Amino acid sequence: MAQEASRPASRVDLVRALREAAITALIAFGMFLPLIGFNTVQNIHNELVLETRWPLLAALVGIITVGRFIHALLIAPWLQRRAMRPRQQNPVVAAWRARFGRWVIPFALGFAVVYPPLALSVVGFQGAVKWIDNFGVQILIYVMLGWGLNIVVGLAGLLDLGYVAFYAVGAYSYALLAKTFGLSFWLLLPLAGCLAAFWGILLGFPVLRLRGDYLAIVTLAFGEIIRLVLINWVPVTNGYAGISSIPRPSFFGIPFNASDEGFAARMGLEFSPIYRTIFLYYVILGLALVTAAITLRLRRLPIGRAWEALREDEIACRSLGINTTNTKLTAFAMGAMFAGFAGSFFAARQGFISPESFTFMESAVIVAIVVLGGMGSLLGVAIAAIIMIGGTEIMRELDFLKLVFGNDFDPTQYRMLLFGFAMVLIMVWKPRGLIATREPSALLTDYPRASVPIGSRTDPAEPPLARGHHP
Amino acid sequence: MSAPDAAPATGAPNSATLSPGLVPILRVEHLSMRFGGLVAINNFSFTAGRGDITALIGPNGAGKTTVFNCITGFYKPSEGRIALQFGDPGVWEELEALTERGTRSAVRGDGTLFLLERMPDYLVTQKARVARTFQNIRLFQGMTVLENLLVAQHNTLMWASGFTALGALGLPSYARAERAAIEKARYWLDKIGLTERADHPAGELPYGGQRRLEIARAMCTDPVLLCLDEPAAGLNPNESAELGRYLHAIRDEHATSILLIEHDMTVVMEISDHVVVLDHGQKIADGTPEEICNDPKVIAAYLGVEEDEVDPTLGETR
Repeated sequence: MAQEASRPASRVDLVRALREAAITALIAFGMFLPLIGFNTVQNIHNELVLETRWPLLAALVGIITVGRFIHALLIAPWLQRRAMRPRQQNPVVAAWRARFGRWVIPFALGFAVVYPPLALSVVGFQGAVKWIDNFGVQILIYVMLGWGLNIVVGLAGLLDLGYVAFYAVGAYSYALLAKTFGLSFWLLLPLAGCLAAFWGILLGFPVLRLRGDYLAIVTLAFGEIIRLVLINWVPVTNGYAGISSIPRPSFFGIPFNASDEGFAARMGLEFSPIYRTIFLYYVILGLALVTAAITLRLRRLPIGRAWEALREDEIACRSLGINTTNTKLTAFAMGAMFAGFAGSFFAARQGFISPESFTFMESAVIVAIVVLGGMGSLLGVAIAAIIMIGGTEIMRELDFLKLVFGNDFDPTQYRMLLFGFAMVLIMVWKPRGLIATREPSALLTDYPRASVPIGSRTDPAEPPLARGHHP
Repeated sequence: MSAPDAAPATGAPNSATLSPGLVPILRVEHLSMRFGGLVAINNFSFTAGRGDITALIGPNGAGKTTVFNCITGFYKPSEGRIALQFGDPGVWEELEALTERGTRSAVRGDGTLFLLERMPDYLVTQKARVARTFQNIRLFQGMTVLENLLVAQHNTLMWASGFTALGALGLPSYARAERAAIEKARYWLDKIGLTERADHPAGELPYGGQRRLEIARAMCTDPVLLCLDEPAAGLNPNESAELGRYLHAIRDEHATSILLIEHDMTVVMEISDHVVVLDHGQKIADGTPEEICNDPKVIAAYLGVEEDEVDPTLGETR
């Protein structure tokens, strides 16, 4: 029955799809002819010669044309039909979704805690270093940076493109103070955070009167200034060469080395570098969780509400007597402090830092994590960090791709392409980030009405405005 | 600065002076505002009485919102003095001395006098207790209705939370202050009939609800002067009438004086005690609604020519 009805329509559809495909083919040809069709190459006589790449051009145009044809004929009508159909919630699916929503955070926390032993037992001592360090520690550093920047960008709505500067301040603070004065990691960790927060305030004072795009540009410049200072202030920072042999953190005074005083010997274990990696994993996990806990706590306090109000409407905030400069500064300083913590951890974990680690690219990645995750959502930011950083690390593992694309193929070179694709896809699919729902910071239903005599609340002579809005 | 439930507290001393027009709460003198070569307001003076509902009217582009922005500290006036006083009215005698001294405020007894043009916008609300709403509603759309009312109590709560430190530790004194803030929000929610929607995003409210919420949010800052920029814009006649009752209730129960800009003449005539007419940045009339209605200059300003009849909805084009 359905076929009969659709037969006369399908010819019209076919014609339309063919026409759309033809138009697309023309556009693609027009665009790719100069970009792909011609290629200039320098020959051995140092002359530029024009090469043509017709097969490649034909292949690309062909792929695009066929894709557009299939889209116009099948996918677009299907999407349309789906949009027409009334949305019915499958109760089973809804129940599973609710259950998932309730359990995802405890499950994720539990998994994060048991991850190192799990990795050890699955891949053994040799393989586990890579899995705990490259995946666990690396991802958690970015989760922490994302959560820190989330305060500035997600809650307070201040687009900060120079966040990596505070990360650098934290890293260099730890590296220099630990090397010069031999202070311990646990003393320098809060100190590095404070120094980064101090720099956050110092930067914040002049620039926080700016808004939106202008603030983004100034923070971007600040990030570059810090990096250039690190490169050029050679007597202190050792310039491009960076700082090496930074003291590693100890387990409450017990170093992780092969000596008799080392951690393994004292614990009666055989020496292995993996103990330090596991220790670092738990340190960064703890730091990240502290960041999350403080963020969650602050959100429910007036300062957190003021941050979010600032994101929504700065002028309204001022009209309510909120000192917006101070409010922005606290957000900036708080975000910078967490970057400082992460930075000093980074320096302690790497043992070597150089300005190379603090390029604009890093800031862009952290901003991307926050935006993709959904501004303000801790879970969303964590998921985005796992996808982004985990995705990059996974690309290192895809050696089989060399069989397909040849031996020169390096999947990590395509990292930015992956970022771009992920960004575009998520922005199309979920324009407000992976998790766009916002938890209210206070619910009236949590505060039951104090027992007040009913007559005193509503005066019958003065009916409350617009009673009609109530069902 | 003020106890969470300051509304009844301020009500008591002010109730004696509620008879309109006796004591000024706000005095604007020789106010001028120039933007480059454009003179938006030229030598404009008026007085708003304590306990009055004062309406500022005028054709589009007359400079009404600019006057508001000067009063609430969003603009620094080019010239002029804007004085606001609450508490003991004797402090008005300090006005000249305060102006000479170059400081922001003077205190005598429990009366305080402020020179608003010397204060940044947030202090005008925080210290001088002037609250305002906006012509195009400025709610925190993504936050819930309740949160909007809690943000308005920011300064009280910041103080109670020991600038975050005590609150973060979860001390009972902060919990009490938060509880009081919620109760105050609930009081206003009951008053504007939005209690059922307290936990919904403010942006999802119908237009009339958003207008009422914005006024309630301004009231949560415990103002002595409430400045409303076109509160009836976009409301139907029914809602406008309700708004009038609502504003009277605010004035009578909270001893808050009201200054409003309005285009809807029926609203202005019905609720205001005192009307000031502005045209091309200059005051052309000042008096009771009846006087204004019959003032030929006002009629001319509104219609451009002399006419017998003033269209009450004229000027509502924005």
